Amino acid sequence: MNVGSARLFAPAEATTTYRPNLEGRHRRGHLWRVIFQVSTLVGIVALAALLYTVLDDSFGLVAVRNQVDPATLAIAGTPLDELPKEQLVELLGENVSAGLMRRLESDRPFAQRSRQDVYELVVERVVKPEIVATWSLSDSLLARGAIAETVAEKHPGAQLQFRSWLSPDFLTSPQASTAAFAGVRTAVLGSLWTIALTILVAFPLGVGAAIYLEEYAADNFVNRVIRTNIANLAGVPSIIYGMLGLAIFVRGLSGLTSGAFAGLADPTTANGRTILSAALTLVLLILPLIIINAQEAIRAVPSSLRLASYGLGATKWQTIRHHLLPSALPGILTGSILAISRAIGETAPLVVVGASTFIAVDPTGPFSKFTTLPIQIYQWTSRPQPEFRHIAAAAILVLLAMLLSLNAGAIALRNRYTVRS
Amino acid sequence: MHRIATLPASPAATPDQAQVAQPIPASLRRRRRPMEGAIEALLFLCGAVTVLTTIGIVYVLGKESLLFFGSPAVSIAEFLTGTTWQPAIGQFGIWPLVNATLMTSTIAMLVALPLGLAVALYLSEYATPRARGTLKPILEVLAGVPTVVYGYFALTAMTPLLRSLLGRDVVSIYNTASAGLVMGILILPLVTSMSEDALSSVPRSLREAAYGLGATKLETSLKVVLPAALSGIAAAVVVAISRAIGETMIVAIAAGAGPALTFNPFQPAETMTGHIARISGGDLSYDSIDYNSIFAIGLVLFVITLTLNLVSRWVVNRFREVYE
Repeated sequence: MNVGSARLFAPAEATTTYRPNLEGRHRRGHLWRVIFQVSTLVGIVALAALLYTVLDDSFGLVAVRNQVDPATLAIAGTPLDELPKEQLVELLGENVSAGLMRRLESDRPFAQRSRQDVYELVVERVVKPEIVATWSLSDSLLARGAIAETVAEKHPGAQLQFRSWLSPDFLTSPQASTAAFAGVRTAVLGSLWTIALTILVAFPLGVGAAIYLEEYAADNFVNRVIRTNIANLAGVPSIIYGMLGLAIFVRGLSGLTSGAFAGLADPTTANGRTILSAALTLVLLILPLIIINAQEAIRAVPSSLRLASYGLGATKWQTIRHHLLPSALPGILTGSILAISRAIGETAPLVVVGASTFIAVDPTGPFSKFTTLPIQIYQWTSRPQPEFRHIAAAAILVLLAMLLSLNAGAIALRNRYTVRS
Repeated sequence: MHRIATLPASPAATPDQAQVAQPIPASLRRRRRPMEGAIEALLFLCGAVTVLTTIGIVYVLGKESLLFFGSPAVSIAEFLTGTTWQPAIGQFGIWPLVNATLMTSTIAMLVALPLGLAVALYLSEYATPRARGTLKPILEVLAGVPTVVYGYFALTAMTPLLRSLLGRDVVSIYNTASAGLVMGILILPLVTSMSEDALSSVPRSLREAAYGLGATKLETSLKVVLPAALSGIAAAVVVAISRAIGETMIVAIAAGAGPALTFNPFQPAETMTGHIARISGGDLSYDSIDYNSIFAIGLVLFVITLTLNLVSRWVVNRFREVYE
């Protein structure tokens, strides 16, 4: 910095010529100030554009063409949507194959199904609505007339209706091959299972390592290696962790991660591409983050607390267990929640570890095949059909809501902690 | 002073001294505590897991790469110099993948570096505490958005934007420019927060000295504060490059599938990370040359990012200015 000031206020320049260019300097200063402000604005605009794109695709007009006109299904003048349950079941029986009826009956007997449920089945299996065209929210609001004309011209017989791609049905339906009936339940459950296992392993490991490094580790070669290593691991690309997980957990330890060792293996997967492998991979990925954050939280505990505890005759572990950890816990939790929200959004390592591309069955345990919400978003985004782009957007909203609630939790913890100290 | 303060305590201490002469009761003697040692060992093992992770990464990448280079179809020289990557016909030249990675990373840095520095300068030198209080959380939100969402953004917003600006004939649906631009937005908060930390740690006295000599705010920022924080900013840039090279989802979604050696940013090209993600996402049989090849690419990726991270730490340690 000395070099910089010397160049600016070089004595030679100052003594030889005095140029009264203060106005120019101020003008330049003002110009750059505007440039800096605009740059900041660009960042905010980028975030706004990101959210706008997602919202724009999550809602909007769709043109739906029914394979069977619901009007023709009316029985004795009663329109389809007012028919009682018994007639709806009859209608279903007349229009679908006997095999499908048996399968539906064995899934859940018709006697136990609600009328709404049967009505939805009739719509899905008999009326068979098909989405022939979709529009974004902005188009739907601004160019409704033009859209109606296009539909009348290109898709005769199709009905234009407003659709929220993010709906209760979307949250509770499993994956399906058509965008209109697909949902995120399998993916959300997969994410929750994976994250729960990740927390279960990563939190104790990470906090343990942080306690060791802050309270026990002497300044010797081994501990310096551990410290340097953690800093380096934090910079390793996440996909490399995926490859580690693929080689070690999926392949090397497939007996353990497939559940075969306990006879719990999912009969459809004889390999280690399970929730357990995914969770262990994510553990290794977020471990450095948890350790670094926990170390900072432990370092912030005043040493008077430790000394007072030792003074009363407590042992090292008693001091840590009863005094250090309780005071550092809010900080540790905040840091860990941030690390976990990173794990929830992580996609690349799980693609490599081998998330299932199509899975419509809920995961039942650590040894199930899995997919997670980000993986689902990736797969839907990669499809060429425009409908899938809309459900990808709706799934992004679900993912962002999950992350937002986690982060709100972290902020609430931080605030509570600040008030107390 | 000290003696006087302790004096009143001494009469009370006398009866205790009589007790000290007696043998210490067994309950107060130093006990052996095997649990304490066991706990320390357990905590050490937690720390050792991180070292095992590194050893695991090096072992896995090294072993599979050795298998890859050991196979008769591949030679290291061809791998490092070849310009075609087509496993189907036994061509394993890594340059198309490296080239695409360099293109996306360069475009990302062209966006993130000037913007990130400008935002950092604004936040640390110009913004009022209140403005900083609102702007920093917004940038943190930007940093917290999952990368797959950025990938979606690149494909559904950035690519159509580029296509409508430059023409559909010029810009393909999948292209490195779109992926690179969005990656720049992803990296922006990283550059900003690291640079801002470096700028804020420059002591106030330096700025006041510059003002005292008649410098304007801009001159102070650019010619005094910025050079003083240069080591921290350089480290931020290196870390950002490393992050850009390792970024996967944006390029996997928006940059295109299929390795291609092209210098046109509007053409599709697959990066190292994108290739690993695509190949491993399919049904991959172990011990096939495809399986081994992604580990060889991973090794190259690991070596590049590790080198960059070490350089960043070296820059900070070597060039950091320490102020009292």
